[in-house]
Amino acid sequence: MVSKETDIWALLENVPDPEVPVLSVVDLGVIRKVSISSLANAEMIVRIDITPTYSGCPAMDMISMNIRMALLAAGYQHIDIVQQLSPAWTTDWMSEAGKQKLKAYGIAPPLAQHNNDALFGSSESIQCPQCNSYHTELISQFGSTSCKALYRCLDCKEPFDYFKCHR
Amino acid sequence: MNISTQQALCDYVLHLADTNLVLAQRICEWCGHGPILEQDIALSNIGLDLLGQTRSLYQYAAELDGTGKSEDDLAFLRGERAFKNLLLAEQANGDFGYTVIRQFLYESYQILLLEALKDNAPAPLAAIANKSLIEAQYHYKWSAEWVIRLGDGTEESHTRIQQSLNDIWTFTGELFSASPYESHLASQEIIPNIHALKQAWLSKVCAVLHEATLSIPDENIWMQEGGKTGVHSEQLGYMLAEMQYLQRQYPGQTW
Repeated sequence: MVSKETDIWALLENVPDPEVPVLSVVDLGVIRKVSISSLANAEMIVRIDITPTYSGCPAMDMISMNIRMALLAAGYQHIDIVQQLSPAWTTDWMSEAGKQKLKAYGIAPPLAQHNNDALFGSSESIQCPQCNSYHTELISQFGSTSCKALYRCLDCKEPFDYFKCHR
Repeated sequence: MNISTQQALCDYVLHLADTNLVLAQRICEWCGHGPILEQDIALSNIGLDLLGQTRSLYQYAAELDGTGKSEDDLAFLRGERAFKNLLLAEQANGDFGYTVIRQFLYESYQILLLEALKDNAPAPLAAIANKSLIEAQYHYKWSAEWVIRLGDGTEESHTRIQQSLNDIWTFTGELFSASPYESHLASQEIIPNIHALKQAWLSKVCAVLHEATLSIPDENIWMQEGGKTGVHSEQLGYMLAEMQYLQRQYPGQTW
């Protein structure tokens, strides 16, 4: 089986994040490196370097397993998935396509920066993914998963998730 | 790195891991009992982040230990005297205000510690510190805002959180009192000198307590110590008995 790293990336584009299935693991930015090398018996070994989003993200083990399953299903036999902590994951690594998919799914995508120091609210305004209004307010910095905060729209009155800027 | 330094580093990483684990377990006791749904979720989220950081730390400690232990062995198969967590972390939850002030005092300290470690620690520990720091900032913000809401809230909330602050204050001396393994590592410049963080912590904490209209307890009162070297308050044994029950009763059980 002859294969290139670009083929592996293409496969990974179809491995969804278990908690936000509209995003692939590539969109999420957790795949840091893909490399192919040869074993002594000329068989190919695929190494994938991944990085966790949040330290406590319970989806990481499942992400590793799903990547392994996808590669096995495509005929790769020797797979080495390595977890890296440094450099630390940031939402800057999320693809533009991923941000668009998030919004279409009803989750406000992460902004490029945030102000973490100021207590009580923040200066940035988050756009409602339903009605596009910027007239929204924070309900809680912590939502249904580690990566999301809970907001409400003051115009259309819908509550929504915001994928927090993490950097 | 010689053997005694390797052992000191292992002990230090265990101290960091144990503190996070014990605090994570305490916070997660709130799950289903939070005052409102959003704050219940916030507490569990913070606990989960701390637990994730703990796993990275235990994995590194297991590597340093070198006797083939796993992260689970370190969490579930060590007794109370082997745990090196801060006494602050093991104190029972009390009311919501007590939990909030305990978290605030810890996160104010954790942020300063992680900032120091990310630039001045062995590479695996620096990487964990750098990753944890972004998460700690959210936890700090959450706890500081609640300290202000409760302190500068009603007469009832003010009185109760002031009492909690006074009670828990005796456990804060230990944060900046170096254990033998910390002194050993700091003397070789492997980790930062913990005592050097005290003034920055005091000013960070006092600014928020002031805004919360709370009186700041005397920093020179007699302080409780011992957690870092395995001498704990009554609270820890009960918690470990519950947390470790399954692995003690059914060794090696997985799900």
